[in-house]
Amino acid sequence: MMVTNKAGRSVPSFIENLGEFQPYAGVFATLPTGAHYAPPIRRNLGRGMGAGKKFLASLREAILASELKSGMTISFHHHFRNGDMLVNMVVDEIAALGIKDLTLAPSSLQSIHQALIPHIRSGVVTAITTSGLRGELAEVLTRESLLKSPVVIRSHGGRARAIETGELKIDVAFLGASAADVYGNMNGIHGPAACGSLGYAMVDAQYADCVVGITDNIVPYPALPISIPQTQVDFVVKVDKVGDPKGIMTGATRITRDPLELHIAAQAMRVIEASGYFREGFSFQAGTGGASLAVAKLLRERMAETGLRGGFCTGGSTGYVCEMLREGYFSAILDTQCFDLAAVESLRTNPRHVEMSASYYANIHAKACTAHITDIMMLAATEIDTAFNVNVLTGSDGIMMGASGGHSDTAAGTKLRLVTAPLIRGRFPIVVDSVHTVITPGECIDVLVTERGIAVNPAQQTLQEQLNDFGIATVSIEELQWRAEKLTGKPEPLAQSEELVALVEYRDGTLIDVVRRVL
Amino acid sequence: MSTLIKRLAQAGSFESGDVLVQVAPSPEKLAIHIKSKVGPRFSSSMQESVRAVAAELGVTANTPALIIDAPVFTPDSIILDLEDAVAVDQKDAARELVVSALVPVKPHALRLAMVESAEDIACLDELLGRCEADAGLLVGTVKIMASIETAKGVMNANAIALSSPRLVAMSFGAEDFTNSIQSERTPGGHELLYARTAVVLAARAAGIDPIDTVFTLVEDDAGFKADVRTAKQLGFAGKSCVHPRQIALAHEVFLPTPEELSKAERVLAAYTEALERGVGVVAVEGRMVDGPIVARAQRIVDIANASKSLREVRAR
Repeated sequence: MMVTNKAGRSVPSFIENLGEFQPYAGVFATLPTGAHYAPPIRRNLGRGMGAGKKFLASLREAILASELKSGMTISFHHHFRNGDMLVNMVVDEIAALGIKDLTLAPSSLQSIHQALIPHIRSGVVTAITTSGLRGELAEVLTRESLLKSPVVIRSHGGRARAIETGELKIDVAFLGASAADVYGNMNGIHGPAACGSLGYAMVDAQYADCVVGITDNIVPYPALPISIPQTQVDFVVKVDKVGDPKGIMTGATRITRDPLELHIAAQAMRVIEASGYFREGFSFQAGTGGASLAVAKLLRERMAETGLRGGFCTGGSTGYVCEMLREGYFSAILDTQCFDLAAVESLRTNPRHVEMSASYYANIHAKACTAHITDIMMLAATEIDTAFNVNVLTGSDGIMMGASGGHSDTAAGTKLRLVTAPLIRGRFPIVVDSVHTVITPGECIDVLVTERGIAVNPAQQTLQEQLNDFGIATVSIEELQWRAEKLTGKPEPLAQSEELVALVEYRDGTLIDVVRRVL
Repeated sequence: MSTLIKRLAQAGSFESGDVLVQVAPSPEKLAIHIKSKVGPRFSSSMQESVRAVAAELGVTANTPALIIDAPVFTPDSIILDLEDAVAVDQKDAARELVVSALVPVKPHALRLAMVESAEDIACLDELLGRCEADAGLLVGTVKIMASIETAKGVMNANAIALSSPRLVAMSFGAEDFTNSIQSERTPGGHELLYARTAVVLAARAAGIDPIDTVFTLVEDDAGFKADVRTAKQLGFAGKSCVHPRQIALAHEVFLPTPEELSKAERVLAAYTEALERGVGVVAVEGRMVDGPIVARAQRIVDIANASKSLREVRAR
């Protein structure tokens, strides 16, 4: 049965194999009940390091020791990004053991995970929940109905919440680390596959029934700093390589040189100044993409001119904001994931740069989360509609190609929610009548900044007045749509079937939208 | 893609009547340059004194994406470069693109590359007259800009500047010029000093706008700004830009600072008041103000106003 939710989307109330779903009812409308999930107690390692009991000789031994069975749920983190070797390696090994019908529940999937397609076709993996998916895997899963149930897309905060409540029960978490000791302490900041913060893995480590730590770099006890503690890890395994450093990250993320993106950043900076949130102690979340890091550079220039200093920086970290921390422009970085080696180095050496878990960052039902107290958030969009709903999951062709990430989490809680995007991407207008997939509801977006104009959400009258007072010209979002369509024409509607290939959970676990199979 | 640009023209980013087409008279040099303004400065309703071109962005005419995005950076004018920036075997395609894109727009002016004599302009003038008559336009509707890029052009600058009432601006091209004198460009630019000054004097004497040469080190913001400052000091009204990032920098140098503007406004106010009292000379903040000072103040205010309406155009 399909019902219409508060975002005006038609969503199912029940899905075979997944159970019942509540429709999205508003940003903070759905209140939590129940208790946290707790993993079973079953370790008794005895005296010493648990030799032969905890540090095992091979991945296969660890899988067997974890008592993984057909029909269970396995999880991974995505801190190795497109350099990740673990997901493919572990699923290959599981398939070789004849285990089938698994739910794959990584924090996200990358294009390198197209190696999973044969395992999906052969029934080793029959269900997936993730923040996002890309490349050929994403394409196959949008064009064909290969799984027993639609992919469940969760935000970073939403995934943490679902794991904590037990809605997403993880039987075995396979968590990679660039450094670990044989007793199970792990981090991501030392070793050849260094990836920095292990923020997304922390929730899995705490709540999975069984945790297998996998590293290519065993260090003497204790592995410091401790990102994931020995108390949460059941088994430790050493493999040749957990990831390819080239795919994990670059040396330092460079600020864009694209003049169009720099132009958008300059407009965004004016909006930030007009909003009043550029003030002593302001907190900020920059992404890595396009204009948003360029905004960090402009903030730095304005801070240098005015003497004003920021408070904390949150979300992921790049070398650029780490440099700003080191130079005193920001007072702290709270970090779920490092985007480059310069950020890893900062996490390793700067005591004011600390890791945080996905729950600490963005979980709506945590007793506090950083996403709810941040001042300025730079958001992206693959599409935004005239109701300001944002899509960051599917492309103009309806194919999944991105990730929910922290988009809806930060948009719900941050004071200034600023979307920057080029008005035309490829040959397509970014502003549309209705986004293909709603990830973040329009009520959570304050303003859209493009190279061809700025549009304030009509619901945000205070901001509109602030921009007027500051002398920033704005137009309606419909006017931006018209400006784009004057150049591109109006795209034809996509051909899609009624069949659901993905469900998009809002951060509170309700359904905000679905993705249909593209024909 | 050409459809896209056509739509751009229809969308009004290239405003009707604001397009300048540049051609060279000799067949081997035939390259149509289409020049479009997005700012108000070439608008025929503007006073002569504020027709200044602070920043003029050159765009290779066979790259549609650049053409579409060029107006975003709000240069005072855009040159679709069909000359040296387009490879010989790409000229046909690029011309096709430009023509199909801008045919719906009534040309405002033609810009002639590598002008070396008054006869070059006269030739174009005559051709334009015939085209205008054929098209039922008033003869003289379409304006001309001349590009001075050779030693011969520099030596004939005075005659060129006075060659036609259609002429609205004269630009200087240093790269071809240094070749023509068998020298090369240096950071100090001594090799260009005479030529730049000659172009400025010829243009200013004729009452048209002198536009300075490009600065090709696109990463060197400080070097570019220094070059623009030199151009402004020499008397140029604007600067040719090869990269969008140069536009804001050129504006920064050419447009009056808030301090300059407020001082100019004080001068004009004092002078107006003095005239009302029947006095021709007045002191403002300890400085004697008379005709030339008032004219300079008026120019600063006019440029600021033009720039303000430019910003409004940008914001639309």
